Amino acid sequence: MNCMHELALMQGILDVVTKNAHSYGLRRITKIKLVIGKLRAVVPDSLEFCFTTLKEDIPLIAQGELEVEIKEIEGSCRRCSHQFLVEGYRFRCPQCQCTDIAVVSGSELYVDYIEGD
Amino acid sequence: MQIKLVSSILGANDTLAAANRELFREKGVFVLNLMSSPGSGKTTILERTIEHLQPQLNIGVIEGDICTARDAERIAQKGVPVVQINTSGACHLDANMIASCLEDLNLDELDLLAVENVGNLVCPAEFDIGEDMKVMVLSVTEGNDKPCKYPLMFRESRALLVNKIDLLPYTNFDMDALEQDVRGINSAIQIFPVSALKDEGVEAWCQWLTQLVRRKREK
Ligand SMILES: [Zn+2]
Repeated sequence: MNCMHELALMQGILDVVTKNAHSYGLRRITKIKLVIGKLRAVVPDSLEFCFTTLKEDIPLIAQGELEVEIKEIEGSCRRCSHQFLVEGYRFRCPQCQCTDIAVVSGSELYVDYIEGD
Repeated sequence: MQIKLVSSILGANDTLAAANRELFREKGVFVLNLMSSPGSGKTTILERTIEHLQPQLNIGVIEGDICTARDAERIAQKGVPVVQINTSGACHLDANMIASCLEDLNLDELDLLAVENVGNLVCPAEFDIGEDMKVMVLSVTEGNDKPCKYPLMFRESRALLVNKIDLLPYTNFDMDALEQDVRGINSAIQIFPVSALKDEGVEAWCQWLTQLVRRKREK
């Protein structure tokens, strides 16, 4: 199940990358940098595996490497505005114990930048 | 040359989902996105829910499935309009798939549209389809370690139906531990222990759902 998920995700990522590479006139992509939040349940190894498999068929990307930055989950208390790191998926404010917490970071899923020439 | 993109991979989907949501608002249809792993009993829950609510509400169903129409056939026997989406391999429904099958449903005549998503605990939580709420089904035979493995779905869901409670004596499922983990991730979530097979607990879930549907229609 996980790999299917990462495969669909990687397909979407490579579509975005290809489109942008064309509009900027890149002929070769050397690096793709992704940012993924910990809430996303993405397994980096599976993602890397899907990337390696898919890029073979895309000359534009075949030589490229993938860098994945994983973002920790950060919450902000809706009562006292305290910002804190959410550990063990416990959404509770360490300052006032409130459980009404907004996610500030941790649900990211985007291509940060691409490099090429 | 480095090109900064910061483009969300889900951006295109979110735009379409917003359009779906606007249409559902206009028509006053409450939309439910039902998610779970395969075999949790989602279709049976949907069948029971339809039986309970049919006297009061007009219900339509969108059935997402990787490649069969079996669930859609089961639901159609309940006498409600059903549209089947075959994702041909994709592990989730997206906003575009929903948009493209809406013309097969008469939204003017519906109070509630239930979307049965593809069985999978990861992707469906990531794709907004324009629904009013996500609801998750977890069966006691799956074990109670799921919240920490798939936090996003628990975080995004407004209700959790814990299904197959009639099997509790035969499993090592710890309901208290589950509740504690789930509430840690999402303190506002509604938890309904049910057995769809034995029709236990379904009434409470249906009453809660009916209130939400009515509230939207009165707006
Ligand atoms: Zn606080």
